[in-house]
Amino acid sequence: MATADELRELMRTEGAAVAENTQGFNTGRYDSVADLEDYEALKRAARSIKEDAIEELPDLLDQLTETVEANGGTVYIADDAADANDYIRGVVDERAADRVVKSKSMTSEEIEVNDALEADGVDVVETDLGEWVLQVADEAPSHIVAPAIHKSRESIAELFNKQFDPDEPLETAEELTRFARKKLGEQIIDAEVGITGANFVTADTGTMALVTSEGNARKTVAATDTHVAVAGVEKVIPTVGALHPFIELIGRSGTGQDITSYVSLLTPPVDTPVVDFTDDETPLSEFESDRDFHLVLIDNGRLEMRDDEHLRETLYCIRCSACSNSCANFQSVGGHAFGGETYSGGIATGWEAGIEGLDVAEEFNDLCTGCTRCVNACPVGIDIPWINTVVRDRINRDKDAPGEWLVDGLTPDEADDGAPLQKRFFGNFETVAKLGSATAPVSNWLADTTVARQAMDRILGIDPRRDLPTFERETLVDWAAARDSKVTDPERRAVLYPDLYTNHVQVERGKAAVKVLESLGVDVVVPPAPSSGRAPLSQGMVATATDHAERVTETLEPHIEDGRDVVVIEPSDHAMFTREYERLLDESAFTDIAENSYEVFEYVFGLLDNGGSVDSLSTVTGAEIAYHSHCQQRTLGLEAHTVAVLEECGYDVVTSDVECCGMAGSFGYKSDYYELSMDVGDRLRTQLRDDGVQDRPVVASGTSCLEQIDALLERQPRHPIELLAT
Amino acid sequence: MKSKRASFEGALEALGVTVSSTAESDLEAAVTEAVTEPAVGIALGETAGDEAFSLTETPVTVDPTPVALREATTGVTGAELGIGDYGSLVLSMTEEASELLSLFVERHVAILHEEDIQPDMDAAVAELDERFNETGGSAIIATGPSATADMGALVNGAHGAREVHVIIVEEEA
Repeated sequence: MATADELRELMRTEGAAVAENTQGFNTGRYDSVADLEDYEALKRAARSIKEDAIEELPDLLDQLTETVEANGGTVYIADDAADANDYIRGVVDERAADRVVKSKSMTSEEIEVNDALEADGVDVVETDLGEWVLQVADEAPSHIVAPAIHKSRESIAELFNKQFDPDEPLETAEELTRFARKKLGEQIIDAEVGITGANFVTADTGTMALVTSEGNARKTVAATDTHVAVAGVEKVIPTVGALHPFIELIGRSGTGQDITSYVSLLTPPVDTPVVDFTDDETPLSEFESDRDFHLVLIDNGRLEMRDDEHLRETLYCIRCSACSNSCANFQSVGGHAFGGETYSGGIATGWEAGIEGLDVAEEFNDLCTGCTRCVNACPVGIDIPWINTVVRDRINRDKDAPGEWLVDGLTPDEADDGAPLQKRFFGNFETVAKLGSATAPVSNWLADTTVARQAMDRILGIDPRRDLPTFERETLVDWAAARDSKVTDPERRAVLYPDLYTNHVQVERGKAAVKVLESLGVDVVVPPAPSSGRAPLSQGMVATATDHAERVTETLEPHIEDGRDVVVIEPSDHAMFTREYERLLDESAFTDIAENSYEVFEYVFGLLDNGGSVDSLSTVTGAEIAYHSHCQQRTLGLEAHTVAVLEECGYDVVTSDVECCGMAGSFGYKSDYYELSMDVGDRLRTQLRDDGVQDRPVVASGTSCLEQIDALLERQPRHPIELLAT
Repeated sequence: MKSKRASFEGALEALGVTVSSTAESDLEAAVTEAVTEPAVGIALGETAGDEAFSLTETPVTVDPTPVALREATTGVTGAELGIGDYGSLVLSMTEEASELLSLFVERHVAILHEEDIQPDMDAAVAELDERFNETGGSAIIATGPSATADMGALVNGAHGAREVHVIIVEEEA
């Protein structure tokens, strides 16, 4: 894992360029997909094509091989990187090529074909401008689509001026581009072999799609007589017609362009004549189009991923980079921290675990906080947080369980014994919270001593700069048990789920929720209930999380059967009930709890919509407020309900639009990640300090968000439900 | 509901692609006006499905040598299809080197018959699906000029054409 020092250094050197570019792409994505009439339908179509293609993969590969060979090309299916490189070296050798030009291809990065060819004395030239910058600088890509995203214009100018010593020093992006175009243009027309990737390959016609903007892939193919296309076996789809949703989605999802400048649909060998660019006599049309084509399809672990029920979805990935750009942590550190040998961003965990192994995935997997902001951004609907969770679980299990635990009782489930102590501590925060409340306020005093904080930092990796939660002696459940319902003739009946934080720490918001619901005629009970399992799930302790899920449903089921709705204050727990539990429970148990659970404002919205009167709540006239929704709540489409209710109660609401506050549960508490967490939080702070926002009281739905905002601002934030209670 | 052509032209404008239109009989004048010399091109009968468009009365050198291509500023080719909702052009890859003529130049002038404008990407891909399955074949869906943001800001004309101009040949009344 990257240490705090490494992350700090990356944020210092590359953070600004990465942040500017990724946020630009991400904003572009929102704008671009908003123009599509049928965005969701296109995503469903893309997903379904990929699902079917991976299901039918062996047949499609056979069909594709037959088609390409009938077209006059060759197909080679390589078991691994070495096998692929041997084949490509053979092709280049047979052509007696001195120079190979390449367009951008992550798969060729994966197999490191450049190194293999250069060892044979071949001049390999990257023609994508970003890739070329990295080749000159001898650096690794930091982003799967825009590989030099971490480099500023100034640093590229400095690099070129030093390396090439041009007559006039280069300065502007225009000058740098012209220089590169000229330099690379000369090399392209002088090359014998062109290597490209392939975004999609269709089995029906042997057509490959290349999605580019610069035109270098077109030149790489047109100007050379031997074309080697390198792609993972997962890139095959059945038909040309099936390209449609991908053509509409890939640019929008990635860099936020409606479509990139060029989508090359090549059925090689192409008819374009192979010309001698120094010939001043012969018309173009008189040159022959004598071309060789080699399609090198690479397994390198993919067929095993296909048989792995949890990693299989990774193969649907179309490498658009939406999961990188929409990721708050990625926006701060980029792919040099949030990436493995080749791939970066959220989905990289699946790729690197499948291709390289768990040890490589472990290097960056913790940077996925499970915020789920990538889930709706992914054009093929991959559950990227789940892949990260599963891989984290496997990494935990890969470790030997320490012989002796420093904190007893932290893992109820032996299956999760391998998790490191820090993960076990956060994963079993319920135990800590129960103890904390039972012994409050002494527990709070003790925890806050310098000695205790030093020990927590050393043993558990809890950053001493974070304020710890203050446990309340009287839990919400205790409070509710000691009072009588104010509702005699209820409109509806509900069970308010006492999530860990509302029950032990932010008890006031729980009391407010009970009062608001009662004001709207709801009979509310607050029974003791186990914590949701969110905490262990986020630490990759799937077995423990499953145990929680089962106990929660056992606890709530009688209430549901009794006709009560489940109302949840903490959005991350509501997301457990309605999203993550699908992975942990059998279908009927999941459906039962998911269909009957409501985020508290979603519920209030429904009550008001069904005749409840806003007059029974605390209302204002145009009071200004700033609202930060919760990442998982937004993924579930539930931000709007809070805004609507607040507006109905008379508030003038502005909302933040950062992807995440940076706290993300326990993430921001960890010593290694505290500064990253604050860097992410800084973007929220900027928005909340904006003109017209800086004097507004702040409300936020999530526990972590509230803690983070509390650390970021002088203004102390509250849960919005506290505004409504009379 | 905007017409296919109106939506196509609107999309081109948003991409910074200039457009002119002409009747078939005035095509050569329109080409002459659209090119920046030196200009090279392809006999349009081959790509635009019409036999009359020889470009002999224009400054365009038809079927140039490779060196003339490299020295040219403008390349004139036909476009097989236009795509209304994106402002895209579908460019074919012929034995007459249309791919080189549209790519190795600073300015690409594409000639498109109005009736070849498809309403949207869905229809265009369906059309290509049919053609590719019949004849094999390749095509470039080209949308606006070549571009890159790799050098710290968006710049047109990375490897391909920096400027694109579309001449729409109108259907005869």
